[in-house]
Amino acid sequence: MLTAQLEPLAASLFSLMAIACLVLAFVMLGSRWLNNYLYAFAAESWIIAALSASVAYCGGYPELYLIALLTALFRGLFLPFLIWRIMRRLDVSRELHEILQPSSALVVGALGVVFALLVAYRIGDSIGLASRVAVLALTVMLSMKLIGFLMLAVRREALSQILGLLVLENGIFLGAQILIPGMPLLIEIVILFDLLIIVACFGVLVQYLVANVGSTSSRDLKRLVG
Amino acid sequence: MAGALLLILILAPAAAALGCVGSRRARVAELLNLGAGVVSFAAAIPLTVLSADGPHRYWANYILIDMLGAWVALCAAIVYLLASIYAVGYMRLLGEDAKLWGFYALFALFALTIFACVVMNDAGLYWIAVELTTLVSTFLVAFERAAESIEAAWKYIIIVSAGISLALLGTVLFYWSGSFVLGPTYQMTWDVLREAAPKLNPQLVTLSYLLVLVGYGTKVGLAPMHTWLPDAHSESPAPISAMLSGALLNAAMLGIVRYLAVADGAGVGTLARTTLVAFGIASLLVGTLFIVRQNGVKRLMAYSSVEHMGIIALGFGFGGPLGVIGALYHMLNHSLNKSLMFFGAGNVMRSLGSKDIADLRGVWARFPVQGALWLAGAVAITGAPPFGLFLSELVILRAGLTQSFAWAVYVMLVLLIVIFVGFLNHFRVMYFEPEGQEVAAPVSAWCVAPMWLSLIPLLILGVWWPHAVWDHLMAIARMIAGAGP
Repeated sequence: MLTAQLEPLAASLFSLMAIACLVLAFVMLGSRWLNNYLYAFAAESWIIAALSASVAYCGGYPELYLIALLTALFRGLFLPFLIWRIMRRLDVSRELHEILQPSSALVVGALGVVFALLVAYRIGDSIGLASRVAVLALTVMLSMKLIGFLMLAVRREALSQILGLLVLENGIFLGAQILIPGMPLLIEIVILFDLLIIVACFGVLVQYLVANVGSTSSRDLKRLVG
Repeated sequence: MAGALLLILILAPAAAALGCVGSRRARVAELLNLGAGVVSFAAAIPLTVLSADGPHRYWANYILIDMLGAWVALCAAIVYLLASIYAVGYMRLLGEDAKLWGFYALFALFALTIFACVVMNDAGLYWIAVELTTLVSTFLVAFERAAESIEAAWKYIIIVSAGISLALLGTVLFYWSGSFVLGPTYQMTWDVLREAAPKLNPQLVTLSYLLVLVGYGTKVGLAPMHTWLPDAHSESPAPISAMLSGALLNAAMLGIVRYLAVADGAGVGTLARTTLVAFGIASLLVGTLFIVRQNGVKRLMAYSSVEHMGIIALGFGFGGPLGVIGALYHMLNHSLNKSLMFFGAGNVMRSLGSKDIADLRGVWARFPVQGALWLAGAVAITGAPPFGLFLSELVILRAGLTQSFAWAVYVMLVLLIVIFVGFLNHFRVMYFEPEGQEVAAPVSAWCVAPMWLSLIPLLILGVWWPHAVWDHLMAIARMIAGAGP
């Protein structure tokens, strides 16, 4: 277990990065502007890349350097670029019809974090985890999951939904770096590529949406019911 | 030998997809896809037989052919064959010949990803394969480019991707729980997980299992995560509806079954089974309610898929040899029967030009032959004798009674009766309400032949459950329960 034998400095560094990611998730939750989502997402990805690199350094997992590089490249540069391109083509800059005001969404998100913390503590107790980093990683992982779902639920714009999905995945990736740095390289790389394909598919679908439905808001997707 | 068959099973659709892209001609592409369907089917049958010699592993343990996987592959191959025959006739009716090569390339790729799901031995790679099925099939759902199809495709990809990310979280947590026993780096194959299961932390396994269940359950279409299913199944071209319903859902169910064995081993089997049974009952209930008051003919079939996935979930949830045997037999029967139903619906919709049950009248008078086939299929899908689903549902009901799930059995019985009445009532309206008696132009043989090909085996499986098949399924049940408490 990596988290069992961490030096205090490394442990606090990991905690700091995990919390920074959580804060960035809240930035996304609290904003209306798609630009902000995108920057927050890119920043989050860079932090995760840095986290991978530091786990590689502290825990002695050289293959994680590669993951860090790929994360920075794919999630930090390429994905935001793809989404930025879609955004420019669509000419939408903000969320118009959210179901929940950003301020209320923040409160609900905070409740989600509390819930995640409770679950993480419970699991941590039952395993008898000595380290707080693992509990924190689990908390952040679960709360980013919840925040991602919240974003999917309260936002209507197609782009917000894509970004919501990416937040879901970012949370898992972040937690996985701390909890299971030894996960086989093959799997991690394939998951990274997979993400690229997902976003590419979304890009194509968004164009279909514009061309055939005439809107990218899921408010207008209500033909199929019952 | 099994390895060679596996290669054929995988390479046939891959080659067809490449060929479609290379030729870019509709007629060539449909033949290539049909050929791939025939070849994979021909490979899947001996593969199922050979899988009984014990699990075969290939490619550094990443690929696994066990009896369970081979059975699901067989169901998928049957649907692929039927759907690729049907597609030849059906897709010509759409008048989009210029785009058809792309359709067939994606069709073959879709089959390929489904086969890939089935043979993945690593839980992480299985997740990726399931995700890939979504990505490929999204474009098949969106193929007709009507606003409804795009809406269905968008809902499909968003809901399923979000759901399946829960399964990824569950997979990561399973890996984490294993890392306490097996060390930080190990290959998370199904066997490794099952062997380590007794030593895993039960609470962590519970959390991971629930995440995986909800995640893959979204893909299976278990209520209340089923919301993408009726849209995607009803808006895609009919052959794709059949593939989604008859092949894809089973492939996702496979993951749940494999994790269920791990949960059993970790000593949280009771909770795991109760949740699965609860999802099964919820799906049956949702299926029933929406079947009774349904307007769209393909949505009717889609909700029937929700219902049948619920029944399969109940079978696996009840567990025991009978439950597993019933569920697996039900998979096969449902694959055959649901293909038949979607083919019939596709033919009628194309001929009469409407998706609404209200507009489809005098079906029997207009289509004497295929109308009769479709009606027989409708009787079969409600679980009436003498068709296969009657037998498998009966076995599942008995399995529930021998386990401690009697309440679920009674609920299931009541709901099945309501579905029987509700489903056939729609058919009564379509067949016997007087209006429009002229015989419609005959549909091409491509569109009717697969209906025969699915109805005849369905009838045979209903009156005669071969001993060899029973023994085969019993062996699978023992294999799954082998890791049990």
